[in-house]
Amino acid sequence: MITFERVTKRFEPWTAVDGVSLTVEAGEFCVLIGPSGSGKSTLMKMVNRLIVPDEGTIRVGGEDIAMLRPEDLRRRMGYVIQNVGLFPHWTVERNIATVPTLLGWPKARVRDRVSDLLDLLKLDARRFRDAYPHQLSGGQQQRVGVARALAAEPAILLMDEPFSALDPITRGALQAEMTAIHKATGTTIVFVTHDMDEALKLANRIAVLDHGRLIQFGPPLEILHRPANDTVRDLIGREDWGLKLLAVETVGQRVRPDVEKVPGAPLPIDAPLRQAIAEMVARGTDRLPVVDARGRPAGVLHLSDVVRS
Amino acid sequence: MPHRTILHNRVALLLAAAIAAAALTLPFLGFAPNRLLSGRPVALWAALEGAALEGAADWLVLLPGAVVLAVPFLRPGRLVSVAYVAAGVLFAVGLVWLAGEQAARLAANAAPAARTSFGAGFWVMEAAALLAAMDGVRRLGLASAWRIAVGAVAAGLIGVMLASGRLDQLSILKEYANQRDVFAAAVVRHAVLVAAALVPTLLVGVPLGVLAQRVPRVRRAVFPVLNVVQTVPSIALFGLLLAPLSVLANALPGLGIAGVGPVPAVIALTFYSLLPIVRNTVEGLDGVPSAVREAARGMGMTKRQIFLKVEVPLALPVFLSGLRITLVQAVGLAAVAALIGAGGLGAIMFQGLFANALDLVLLGAVPVIVLAVAVDAALKLAVSIIGRRAA
Repeated sequence: MITFERVTKRFEPWTAVDGVSLTVEAGEFCVLIGPSGSGKSTLMKMVNRLIVPDEGTIRVGGEDIAMLRPEDLRRRMGYVIQNVGLFPHWTVERNIATVPTLLGWPKARVRDRVSDLLDLLKLDARRFRDAYPHQLSGGQQQRVGVARALAAEPAILLMDEPFSALDPITRGALQAEMTAIHKATGTTIVFVTHDMDEALKLANRIAVLDHGRLIQFGPPLEILHRPANDTVRDLIGREDWGLKLLAVETVGQRVRPDVEKVPGAPLPIDAPLRQAIAEMVARGTDRLPVVDARGRPAGVLHLSDVVRS
Repeated sequence: MPHRTILHNRVALLLAAAIAAAALTLPFLGFAPNRLLSGRPVALWAALEGAALEGAADWLVLLPGAVVLAVPFLRPGRLVSVAYVAAGVLFAVGLVWLAGEQAARLAANAAPAARTSFGAGFWVMEAAALLAAMDGVRRLGLASAWRIAVGAVAAGLIGVMLASGRLDQLSILKEYANQRDVFAAAVVRHAVLVAAALVPTLLVGVPLGVLAQRVPRVRRAVFPVLNVVQTVPSIALFGLLLAPLSVLANALPGLGIAGVGPVPAVIALTFYSLLPIVRNTVEGLDGVPSAVREAARGMGMTKRQIFLKVEVPLALPVFLSGLRITLVQAVGLAAVAALIGAGGLGAIMFQGLFANALDLVLLGAVPVIVLAVAVDAALKLAVSIIGRRAA
């Protein structure tokens, strides 16, 4: 879907992105992560030509984006930024309708689309449709920001640290929303963050950048199990590596298909191991019953299986 | 603590004290046998006494006056504030009415050249009454549009009295009767001077402001120059323009340019008007959050769309404040332009100054003030309407 071929961008005297080659598959949730100044934001902004690379080629759906008019390219992609950037003089409805209006959609279609998006982002249409941005909380504003980015049904969604300025509870809710939206729409998402927990929670694949170079590109488990170097280890955090792993691995990967009867409320098979450990500690037990997606018994999870590598 | 509940409103107390002191110690009117001699003072109580002898209803003015005096000692509330606004307006209008009536009574027993002018007491009480009305509007927590509406009501009532001829025996209106032929033309000329300066100001100032906001080099060059221009006294600037324009007039006689007259006045007014327009254009555009600009770009708006749909609407309230400052300033400066023969209300003022006829000065000055206040109010109203959404 998006291919970077030896892309370089210099802001003299320093090189922000240094010969990066990378392919983001269609429908993938790709998180770009790295310490500040690693070039992750610059790399993302080159996809919609807010920044133009000095060397290399970027293709979207096979097309070299240098050949496209920047405005046309941007209208095909959603764009969400940390500071939201809602237009303060427009209502929520008009904000969400920005790109469909630029594309000349008929009024009725725009209105229906706004209603659908308010539903999707769990914003009450009666209350928010005609509200102005300053009447909304930070979390509500970013929900509108995401709705605005999704308005013209883009195949690609670019998100630049979209939840970094939010409080942990609001951030968690919006992360869950993004996972659900990704599942429901199949949009290809490129998401920039400096928070490894956020990356592990959201990503299909994580690209780790440092000093403008691509250090490692792989699924969350691979990043955790085989970090490419010390920078990646630092990003994961050496002390709570185990806890990060528990957050990524699910019950299904460790469950024993026993027929043994274990008392207590069962765990869903796709719950993270972290939740299983929390339940064991809370109930004072070392084994929990597990059920599959349809609620049928799927076996038993033993503490010894969780801690074995 | 009962002794503390007596004083509820310091502003109202100050205004009440000013009114009481002015009523008791300052002359309400001045009465002179002709316009050149200084008059003998007429106190407020003397004017009321004169009315009482004729059985006229002028004492009614004391009612709103008493309310204004009583408000600082009343428990604050909506009703008190509404009464305060109404009393302030009625007192201000009533004072003008009383002055007009008393002038008519004095004129009945005097030579036609006799003059009745407003005294210091009138001005103090009039100002305090209007401030009281504005303070009441503020206390009611109403939008600034209401302040303008209250001012318009007071102006309208005084206008009705002017039109009815009840005030004709006041000196300022006798001066008006003498100047009737030129007064309307002077008002129009004054407005035309301001409007004529506004056109080049906007044509140059707005593009210059947009450019200065985008190009730091232009910004660094423009503001020192405009700031220096702003500090040149207006008479000096008119003088400075005299020489080059005379040369130009001799070189190009066909263009109607001259060293004196309306052309240099408009040029000088334009120079003064540029600073507030350019500065507020830049500040308005600077005030557009960078996140909003980035989002607009990332969303695929063209440069033109970003400017027209995002930057202009968001910068408009600040720009209109600049326009307001420019116009109010130009209305005042245009009066000085009469010195180089540009005409306008300044011509009437200077005529009065040179003839030592203070009421003729007033005849020129009061419309300038009314014009400035009206422009100020109209643009404040526009800003509050536009700014409400983007607050």
